[in-house]
Amino acid sequence: MTRPGENSARLAEGGLISRDKIINFQFNGKGYRGYEGDTLASALLANGVKVFGRSFKYHRPRGVFSAGEEEPCALVEIGEGNARVPTSRAPVVPLSEGLVSNSQNCWPSIDFDVGRVIDFTHALWPAGFYNKTFKWPSWHTWEGMIRKSAGLGRPLTGPDPDHYEHVNAHCDLLICGGGPAGLAAALTAGRSGIRVMLVEQSGDFGGVLNAERIQLNHKAGYEWARGAITELEGLDNVMLLPGTTVSGVYDHNVTTLLQTGHNTSWRECYWTVRPGHILLTTGSIEQGLIFPNNDRPGIMLAGAVRHYLNRFAVKPGDKVIVATNNDSAYQTVFDLAHSNVEVSAIIDIRDEINDSLRRRLSGLGTEIMSSARISDTRGTKGINSVRIEGLDGKDLGSRDCDLLAVSGGWAPRVHLLAHAGGRLRFDKASQSFLPGDLPNDISIAGSANGTADLVETFAEAERAAHAICDSLGASSKPLQAPEVTTGIVESRSVSPMRLDTTKHRQWIDFAHDVTFGDAELAVREGFVSVEHFKRYTTTGMSVDQGKTGNLNAFIVLGALTGRETGDVGTTTFRPPYSPVTAGAIVGRNVSEFYAPRRYLPAHTVHQRLNARFEDYDWQRPDCYPRQGETPEDAIQREARMVRTSVGVFDNSPIGKLEVRGPDAAEFLNRIYMNNVLTLKPGRARYGLMLNENGIIIDDGVFVRMADDHFLVHATSAGVARIASMMEKWLQCEWMELQVTVDDMTSQWANFTIAGPRARDVLAALGTDIDISTESLPHMAMATGTVTGIDARVVRVSFSGELSFEVNVPARFGAGFFEAILESGKAFDITPYGIETLMLLRTEKGYLHVGSDTDGSSTPDDVGWGHVARKKAADYIGKRSLFREGNMEPGRKQLVGLEPLDPKQAVRPGAHLLIGKDRQAPAETDGWITSAAYSPNLDRQIALGVLKDGREKDGEFLTVCDEDQRFNVKVVSPVFFDPENLRLKG
Amino acid sequence: MMRISCPWCGKRDQDEFQFGGEAHIERPANTVGMSDTEWADYLFYRENPMGVHLERWAHSFGCRQWFNVARNTVTHEISEVYLMGEQPGARRQKSGEDANDQAR
Repeated sequence: MTRPGENSARLAEGGLISRDKIINFQFNGKGYRGYEGDTLASALLANGVKVFGRSFKYHRPRGVFSAGEEEPCALVEIGEGNARVPTSRAPVVPLSEGLVSNSQNCWPSIDFDVGRVIDFTHALWPAGFYNKTFKWPSWHTWEGMIRKSAGLGRPLTGPDPDHYEHVNAHCDLLICGGGPAGLAAALTAGRSGIRVMLVEQSGDFGGVLNAERIQLNHKAGYEWARGAITELEGLDNVMLLPGTTVSGVYDHNVTTLLQTGHNTSWRECYWTVRPGHILLTTGSIEQGLIFPNNDRPGIMLAGAVRHYLNRFAVKPGDKVIVATNNDSAYQTVFDLAHSNVEVSAIIDIRDEINDSLRRRLSGLGTEIMSSARISDTRGTKGINSVRIEGLDGKDLGSRDCDLLAVSGGWAPRVHLLAHAGGRLRFDKASQSFLPGDLPNDISIAGSANGTADLVETFAEAERAAHAICDSLGASSKPLQAPEVTTGIVESRSVSPMRLDTTKHRQWIDFAHDVTFGDAELAVREGFVSVEHFKRYTTTGMSVDQGKTGNLNAFIVLGALTGRETGDVGTTTFRPPYSPVTAGAIVGRNVSEFYAPRRYLPAHTVHQRLNARFEDYDWQRPDCYPRQGETPEDAIQREARMVRTSVGVFDNSPIGKLEVRGPDAAEFLNRIYMNNVLTLKPGRARYGLMLNENGIIIDDGVFVRMADDHFLVHATSAGVARIASMMEKWLQCEWMELQVTVDDMTSQWANFTIAGPRARDVLAALGTDIDISTESLPHMAMATGTVTGIDARVVRVSFSGELSFEVNVPARFGAGFFEAILESGKAFDITPYGIETLMLLRTEKGYLHVGSDTDGSSTPDDVGWGHVARKKAADYIGKRSLFREGNMEPGRKQLVGLEPLDPKQAVRPGAHLLIGKDRQAPAETDGWITSAAYSPNLDRQIALGVLKDGREKDGEFLTVCDEDQRFNVKVVSPVFFDPENLRLKG
Repeated sequence: MMRISCPWCGKRDQDEFQFGGEAHIERPANTVGMSDTEWADYLFYRENPMGVHLERWAHSFGCRQWFNVARNTVTHEISEVYLMGEQPGARRQKSGEDANDQAR
């Protein structure tokens, strides 16, 4: 038994729907039924639903305006929970069993929306009103209210449960749009053998052939389309992509597509296509008309009325009025008459109406009112009447209606052309922007090219396909396009609109609720360039990007500023063409696939030791908390143990760039601030790398293994950057130098054994290297074997303790680490992590580039000025050190700091003011760069940068840490073992 | 996203490459003797044409070789790809052949 309203607007026959397949769905909590082949819009219209949502700003009831992706009014929520999709355009939502949909932007309900009060007080809320609220009393007063009421859809609050995929593709020809032009080109090109991709936004190919009563070769146009698809499906060189929107055209014609999945494990698939040629057969978009109250439910594009009638067998109304400025709307009258729906009048802005149209209308009972326009409409929840006037303003009475079909002309879909840099020109005859100069390898055909005639459309598309095949050396045969045995009235004789400029409440953009009054205000306030006008009024900035209204908006702007529309121009078209889900762009690169994790060779051993891992571009232990320990406890314990007995640290990620060749030393001498030439084989040196501005970019140890062989220990997070910098010099400018640079970082596992008992551990491991202090002093290296494995041993220390860095091939890493722990047991060896290492190096005042230095730090700032100045040879950055700014007093220099209260916690980032108990506000004299509680000194220590810091030893400073104030004393940054006795052991 | 023809590997996505600034820059041999103005000129002043720009690119995620490219800063059209150490126009193109399509 049917309920009242159910299927009330469905015609008994016709339509490309499967009446035997009933689909149940919900809208605003009510159950409805439709058919397979319906969209959400067509099914709701069939059930007599008029109001689909509430408008963005004024909360006015809105219905369906179009039959396609250009929809500005019927914006609804689809689905529930975290799979919910807000602001979906109802005409492109395919109906599916169990679909749940809801209106947006209305509370408490679609029928009674409190927000409508904004419409009743509309004079208070013109375009940009919130900008004026910034003047008084304070914008914060209005902020809460504006934030709450702004927006259209409800955002999601949880992670997206769906999957998205990425595909990369190449082809010879990418055809954008699967209507008659696209199909003609695909057949022509496909038959020649070149690789073709045919992409169509809707679920079915055919375009206007599915929506209009066109006959080709005396058969329904859509039959021809189906035949074409069947042939194309049989060609291996042709790929068909229905349900796929061409999203954007980028540099070198690289094009993205957004494909919707149906019965797939993925929701959307984002394609990146690299075509040889692009053919745009994208069609055109019908424009609305501007008149007072032109946004009511029941006002629909004339072509959309035909689309619902012909394709879905839905009549969106019973008492119809048509309003137009061109011929094509007359087809709506004929189509409605064919389904026995009477059109009482057609309101035509033009004086002269085509004779043959007049004749065809005369038998239908439809009055033609020429030189006339709509002056008002009535009916809140659905239009119920229109008022008509002559262009001279003379009232011509009112008419009842429940459907007003409007046509303001057609705008070619030139978006993709504009993405690619194609130019547009305004054509007065069609009152639209047509393609001008085309970019390389892009063609356009059909109504997208301004070609209204279907016969010419087939010819144009075929010609374009032939030209592309020719350019590829492929031979293409004539298409033999079908004969257009029944056509439709095409859009000709487009007349510019004539607005009543005294009326403000006529909408130029439905989706953002922008009225003619807003346009006038923008012009009055000086926002007359098309880009300023757009942003001031927000016209064309909503999800529909003004597809059905922008052209009219530009024409209105021209009229308001006394300019030709061609001189107004269009705003810049930017990708994406339609909204793209963020998930589609991200694809599979989420969670564990966001970035690869890099694991240390001994990772499993660290796990067994209960390491607390952190991401330092590698997964590295911060510390190794024992049972009952907090991380802070562990760090303090580890730092004590390293200085008391011995610790082991996994330094495998340290950069190991092998720089080799007869000119290796000369090359590194240009890269490092330090003198490289004097370093003897078997010795290591600490060096600073600068950029040409004299700023420190890396510090680290370099080792000379032989005259022509160096090991550069670049910082672990910067290895690729440093290696790349070196290659660039060698390949681009210093091509005469014979040097190779190899990044061997991941080839070697590296363990630091540090502490008073370090030598004992190494001896217990067993090595053929003489590790006595005479044979292997501080900053020396040796090769040999350790516990039977080939090893490089370097005496270098970041902890300030007696320290051996042992490098073994990475595949031995885990086992070697175990061996160190085993051999070290007798000496109380403790594994220590990065946090501990940072504490130890702070106790020694050792630099950490990026913490104690920033983008302004020169060698002299950190106490290395004497080395920088002493070197006679040129090196990167040297000249900049002699710039005035780098030599003047007042620079911030590295100092050590001790709080007067030894237990006072200190945080990096806190500011320093010279003097005790200073007050803010004041100009900063520096800041704290590193800080730690030292278990070895039993007090808090810190490093910082201070104006003229080296002259301020012993002075007091005030630390300003947000609201906290306390005093510190400037001391030497070398807190522990200032004589470096341990290093020399 | 541009497609760039690496002289060794052929046409690849821009993502595989690293941009290296203006081409044909030579670090002066004697920097210490330069005035502040001359030094600033070398460090900071670069060509900024509205048209063809000669620049360096490296195929970082491929063969890791640096080479030179002539690219139009307005249209992104790549009119020539040539080796490091060469001058533009040295490899004369046959008419109609896309310079960017030539692989070594």
